[in-house]
Formats: sequence, structure tokens, C-alpha cells
Amino acid sequence: MSFEKFFTKYLHEPDCHTLDFYKKNYQGYQGARKALHEWEPDALIDEVKASNLRGRGGAGFPTGVKWGFVPKKTDKPKYLAINADESEPGTFKDRVIMEKNPHQLLEGIIINSWAVGIHDAYIYIRGEYVFATRRLERAIEEAYQDGILGEKTLGKDFRLDVTVHRGAGAYICGEETGMLTSLEGERGLPKLKPPFPAVEGLWHCPTVVQNVETVANLPLILEIGSAAYKQIGPEASPGPKLYCVSGHVERPGTIEAPMGVNLLTLINEHCGGVWKGRKLKAVIPGGSSAHVLHARECDVAMDIESLAAAGTMLGSAGVIVMDDQTCMVNALLNIMRFYHHESCGQCTPCREGTGWLEKIVHRIAYGHGQLEDLALIDSVCDRMVGKTICVLADAAAFPAWSFIEKFRDEFVHCIEHGGSPEVKKRHPKRVGGGLRV
Amino acid sequence: MSDLKFSESGRKKYEWLLTRYPEKQAVLLPALRIAEEEFGELGLPEMKYVANLLGISPSRVFGVVTFYTHFRRAGTGKFHIQVCSTLSCALRGSQDVVDHIAGRLGIECGETTEDGLFTLTKVECLGSCDTAPMFQLNDDYHESLTIEDVDRIIDDCRNGSGKNGASGKNGGSA
Ligand SMILES: Cc1cc2nc3c(=O)[nH]c(=O)nc-3n(C[C@H](O)[C@H](O)[C@H](O)COP(=O)(O)O)c2cc1C
Ligand code: SF4
Ligand code: FES
Repeated sequence: MSFEKFFTKYLHEPDCHTLDFYKKNYQGYQGARKALHEWEPDALIDEVKASNLRGRGGAGFPTGVKWGFVPKKTDKPKYLAINADESEPGTFKDRVIMEKNPHQLLEGIIINSWAVGIHDAYIYIRGEYVFATRRLERAIEEAYQDGILGEKTLGKDFRLDVTVHRGAGAYICGEETGMLTSLEGERGLPKLKPPFPAVEGLWHCPTVVQNVETVANLPLILEIGSAAYKQIGPEASPGPKLYCVSGHVERPGTIEAPMGVNLLTLINEHCGGVWKGRKLKAVIPGGSSAHVLHARECDVAMDIESLAAAGTMLGSAGVIVMDDQTCMVNALLNIMRFYHHESCGQCTPCREGTGWLEKIVHRIAYGHGQLEDLALIDSVCDRMVGKTICVLADAAAFPAWSFIEKFRDEFVHCIEHGGSPEVKKRHPKRVGGGLRV
Repeated sequence: MSDLKFSESGRKKYEWLLTRYPEKQAVLLPALRIAEEEFGELGLPEMKYVANLLGISPSRVFGVVTFYTHFRRAGTGKFHIQVCSTLSCALRGSQDVVDHIAGRLGIECGETTEDGLFTLTKVECLGSCDTAPMFQLNDDYHESLTIEDVDRIIDDCRNGSGKNGASGKNGGSA
């Protein structure tokens, strides 16, 4: 079946972000109109369930099922919080939607809000995305002026207000409960689940948390129906998908392809192959929290089930490609520094564990490692996974485990030969000798 | 007592924000952004001002501000260069960019030049990994950088033509 791009078809048109363009070229807001005027909320939830739409933020949770968890009979207001924090290393797809096609997101927000009975939606966008924030704010202004949002959403007696809320630089505010705490004006500390946000979220009220790309799929589902939507890619996790390809490829970028595109096709056909004519060494397929794949494991379909079967995850679809000259010890050190820096510090296993992981990998890279360090990393990871409030701790352990499992020889080489070749080249004076820390 | 005060338009924006949330404290982050814009930076007096506005304790505001990395704190140079150093950028030479800037400005990461013009920081993934190496200069992303680009951008800042518009592949107006 031929694949028609849904998100990025008009990416290069200079005014693709405007309401006029969206209406003309995307049949903009027809899906939301249909939802409001032709669908009962409960039936709409069933339709989204039937579409098998799965969350694009990282966990891949079925969207319709999540909506079903929101209590129907409640006196409390319900909220929608769109997760536009996009801070998983290697991920830049939501930014494309917000900068190039903000109305697609707004239309999705209307559909989602109608289905669940929500009158106030917030878009929590990372503070660094200044340009995307401007585009979103402008699009919202256009929508209010056009009667798309407000007291009477698209002519229906249904109020919907959408507010953009800027974050301020913290990876942990991408974790849903951290994001909600941050939105409430606190430090973005995650909370224990349950209660899940769908039952108790913003201001103790039921709150649906949804990734930007997830919600931007809704207009398509309304346009073509769940049955046709399920035909795009594998039935269990279907749909058009934005893959973020970065690192050592000739043409990095955001690639739209059906869910389940082959990873090697993505790298070789869509992105011009590994750069400088070099060979592939490894790929992280779903943002830095995912288990790394060895080059020989990369003939795999990029969908939720296939990647789980390959022992990793689709995650945020941040595909980080590494060529055969990459030092895997140094690459892991970079990732470990990230998680140590971003741990919010509430849970001892995560706060201390991420610190130790960085420290141990650092000493291996800088020529002070010992073979026992590899077992030590393993045991530190064991003490982190599944023992904390949120899964940042797990997200740090997965790369540590998989890098060492799959590229053990490189770690051993660094330990036996005085450190990482990349580090030695850059800091000849700092490697080897001195005290082991 | 300091005589800090939001401008008329800042005040209006703040009051509009209050209507968008059921609880006042939710306006804290947005209010800090207004303060940042109006006062140029967030130091203790600015934080106290926002605390007073919202009727919460200054220590609480301080706790929130220091939790995040993206607020413009007191003492930051006029041009804040934040180089992404996370994996995808590191794979494509972000450390060379950092070293070059540090060398040209004569400062280490985390420092500000003596003339108060530049601050250099290494930051984590900015969601622009396909255009690595890259940095954020105040509000703007500068992408797919070569060393020549970096030199030109620094020169532009020094000559006073360091623009504050959209940049890189996403150029254009909102
Ligand atoms: C440490 C951490 C960081 C996360 N960062 C993001 C993020 O930046 N964007 C996002 O949409 N989801 C992120 N998530 C996943 C969210 O917690 C949540 O599952 C998601 O927003 C739900 O939306 P979805 O069902 O539409 O995917 C993160 C999770 C964790 C544990
Ligand atoms: S696991 Fe880490 S990031 Fe998550 S709440 Fe605990 S300390 Fe914070
Ligand atoms: S790793 Fe630098 S922008 Fe993502």
C-alpha cells in the first residue's frame, strides 16, 4: 500500500503553519468538526480504542484505553495536559509539528477534549523551544479569532480554552507527574503512581496526559476512520510515525514513514546511509533510554512490538546512529552524565546510582578502570531498576547494561589499555596515572 | 525596598494569566518569564518581587528557580551561549565547538567574559539533534554549525548586530 505523508507533506511550504494553509491543504478542522457534531463522546472513545493508537511519548500506552480511565461521573473539572517537553536525547519530532503544523495539534486537542469532556487544555512546552512557543501562541490566537476555540468550539455549545505553558529546562518535567507538578508552579518532582493522572492529576482532578504527536494523529483517525487507520503499519501499533534520525548519517532529520519501517531502510534510504562511507557500529532506536542495538541487530521493524521483541523499545523514536569509529565507552559516559545531571534526587537509588554510574564509566574512560568495575556497574543497575518513584532510574540503567553487554570488548580494552582512545586524543594529560577515584 | 515593577503590558499579561488557571501558584513559571523579560534577569530582588505578587514565600520561588536550568540568572552575560553537549551533538563535534568558543573568549564553561558580554554553558539535548552541532544563543537556535559560523556569530554579537530573530532551518516569522 502506498503511504501518504500526514505530518510532513507540506513541510517546505513557507506558510504551512498558518490557519489558511491548514484549512486549504489539510482540510483543516474537518476532523474536529465531525467529532463535535457527529460523534457522541463515548462512541468516540471507542473509535479511538478501535484505532489502536498508541502513545508517542515513550511508553506506547493505548490512547483510547487511557481516556477510558477518566472517571465519568465526577463533580471535578477534567484537564488535558499536552506533553511538549520533548527532552529525551535524540528526539525532535514534536518540535516539527509545533513549528510547522501547530493547527494539527490544536485540532487533535479539540477531538481529545470533546471525547473526555475537557474544557481546559494546557500545552506544557520546554522552555528552550522559544520559536515553537511563538508559533503555537500565534496559532491559538488565529483559532480563537476564527471561532475554532473559545466559548463555542467550532459552533458547538462546548467551551474549550487552550493555554501554552513554558517549562524552564529540566528533563524530568517530561515524566508525566513531574510535568504536572511543574505546571502547578512547583519544582518538577515526579509523584508515586497510583493514583494515575487520569484519576488524580492537575489540582487533584482527572487529567489526561498526552504527547504532541499522539494527539496530532487524531484528525487523521477521524478523517479516514479507525479501520483504515489500522491498515497503516502493523495493526497492533499502527499509524504514520515521525522518526528522528541523528548522529552519524549523511542526512539526519525527521523522517515520516509508516509505523514499522525497517531500521536499515530508515538509515540507508531515508538518511543517505552512514556518513563518510563508514560502517555502522550501533544504533539507539528510541531515545537514549532505550537499549542500544548492535549493527547486526539493526534489520528490525521500527514499531512497538518488534523492538520489544528485539530487547529494546521504540520509546520516543529518537534514532541515534553510531559509526564504526565511535568509542562506545565515551558514548556511554555522555549518556551517564546526562542521567546524573537530570535525576531530580528524590529517590536514593536514582540520585546515588546515576552518580555512581557516571563516576565508574568516567574512570574507565579516563584510564583508571578495573575489570571488577563492569560487575559493579551491573550491580548498581540492579539496585536501581524498579525501585524508584519514576522510571528515570531504569532509563539510566538500560543503556549502561546494554552498552556493556554488547560492546564488552571495548570496555575491557579501555580498562587494559589506559582509557578511551577518544578521551586520550582530546585530553592526553588527563588520562591514566594518578589516583583512582 | 527595591522599586521593581512590571510594565503596563507585563502587568496585563500577568493578569490575563491569572484567569487561565484555577490556582494562583500555577502562574509562577509564567510570571518568572515575564520578570525575566522585563528585568533582564532573575536575581534575588526579582524573585522577591514575583513572590510578593503571588503571595508566596521568596524561599519557595528561589527553590523553584534553582530547580530549573533555563532561567536567566543574575550575572549571566548579555549573550548566553548554551552549547548542546548530549550524545547526538557530541557525535558530530560539539566538543570542538565548545573548545573553540572557550578559546576565543578566554573563558571556561560556566564562566562569563570580563566585559559581561558572553556566558558559555554546556547544556543537555535541545531537541535539535538533526542539526548538530548547535547552540542556543539567548532565544535563538543556531544549527549545523561550522567553526566559521561560530566565529561569525561571535563577531556579530560583538558588533552589535547579534540579532534576536528566528534562525537556522526554521527561519521565518511566527
Ligand atoms: C524520565 C522521563 C521523561 C519523559 N519525557 C517525555 C517527553 O519529553 N515527552 C513525552 O511526551 N513523554 C515523555 N515521557 C513519557 C510521559 O511520562 C508520558 O508517558 C507521556 O507523555 C504520555 O503520553 P502518550 O501516551 O501520548 O505517549 C517521559 C517519561 C519519563 C519517565
Ligand atoms: S527515579 Fe530519579 S528522577 Fe525519578 S523521581 Fe526518583 S530521583 Fe527523581
Ligand atoms: S543531542 Fe544536541 S540537540 Fe539533541
